Amino acid sequence: MPNLKDLKNRIESVKSTRKITKAMQMVAAAKLRRAQESAEASRPYAERFNAVMAGLAASVGGSDSAPKLLRGTGSDDVHLLVVMTAERGLCGGFNSSIAKLARVKAEELRLKGKTVKVLTVGKKGRDALKRDLGDLFVGHIDLSEVKRLGYTNAQDIAKDVLSRFDGGEFDVATIFYSKFVNVVTQIPTAQQVIPASFEDTEGDDSDAVFDYEPSEEAILADLLPKGVATAIFSALLENGASEQGARMSAMDNATRNAGEMIDKLTIQYNRSRQAVITNELIEIISGAEAL
Amino acid sequence: MANTMQFDLVSPERSLASLSATAVQLPGADGDMTAMPDHAPTITTLRPGILKVEAPEGSSEYLVTGGFAQINGDGLSVLAEKAIPVAEVTRSHLDDLVAEARASHEAAKAGDDQTIVDDAAKLLADMEALGTHMSL
Repeated sequence: MPNLKDLKNRIESVKSTRKITKAMQMVAAAKLRRAQESAEASRPYAERFNAVMAGLAASVGGSDSAPKLLRGTGSDDVHLLVVMTAERGLCGGFNSSIAKLARVKAEELRLKGKTVKVLTVGKKGRDALKRDLGDLFVGHIDLSEVKRLGYTNAQDIAKDVLSRFDGGEFDVATIFYSKFVNVVTQIPTAQQVIPASFEDTEGDDSDAVFDYEPSEEAILADLLPKGVATAIFSALLENGASEQGARMSAMDNATRNAGEMIDKLTIQYNRSRQAVITNELIEIISGAEAL
Repeated sequence: MANTMQFDLVSPERSLASLSATAVQLPGADGDMTAMPDHAPTITTLRPGILKVEAPEGSSEYLVTGGFAQINGDGLSVLAEKAIPVAEVTRSHLDDLVAEARASHEAAKAGDDQTIVDDAAKLLADMEALGTHMSL
């Protein structure tokens, strides 16, 4: 049986853990709101962009002159997996579920005889995949210095990916991130960005015939790289919101567990205290009787 | 006849303006153009420049650094990579943009693709012209 002092120390340490997790939960809640706001603010751009691209891609996509980014390189032997995770841990299953999805996909591609390359964004994903896919890593992008995610961060990542594409390093690129649904639900998602596919989410003005200035091909060639950056940017923002949401619920759980543990330990502490008192009384009484 | 149209200016990070305008002057890649209500549906890419919006409530100006515009009969959406209201533009903003353009020009010169060098040179010239235009 642990003695009273040990129990007391234990209770104190769990109490301070609870304080920390509680604070982390509140910080995550505040950050979540900001992350959600920026995710929402970016939505109009992404939607319009995709609507325009969908129209353009539909009219140019079939022809042989279509840019490589849309048409693909003609083969799909080399796959680049861009795994985007958080820079920090303590956010429940957020990082590991993205890593798991990437791992499953990589395994699947390898069984089909494809070559897989992995580009990681965010430290945690890199750590999680190092053991299984470490030899496939081609690069890593560190965002730990970034205080507030901006479009320029997405542009940097896109630039890296595009220069690899231009260099013929891969044929197909897929990004892995977590889609934010609500605080308790985040869906790990894989999205192919090269060759690009666009969903027309608006779809109402597709009947309008547009004049293009300069030519359709020129616009498409200009916009496709931006499409990659836009896709990466929305993925980053979704990821940001998901991370904070996951952390918030994980820390909420942790706080509750700590509370339960404190209750349990307190009961145990009181019982042992009583037992000690009873023991002492028995000793005194039996001592007195012996006289 | 409608004499205003819906005008939206959005950047990846946020939506900057959404109002009804009577005319919008755009720095199109092939030359400036002005869009008014019932303009023929057009999609054009933009070069860095000044975008002028004329609305019944008064006109406003934005500095945009590329992107594209989609013109419908009844509306106009500008998707700019970066857009700043002209009143908020300072010399240092512009210096940053010029420095960026210059850096990409230098980088392009190191390569051997002439079209990229030309594009970068054009971008640099556009940026510098922008500074002169705004007399900063």
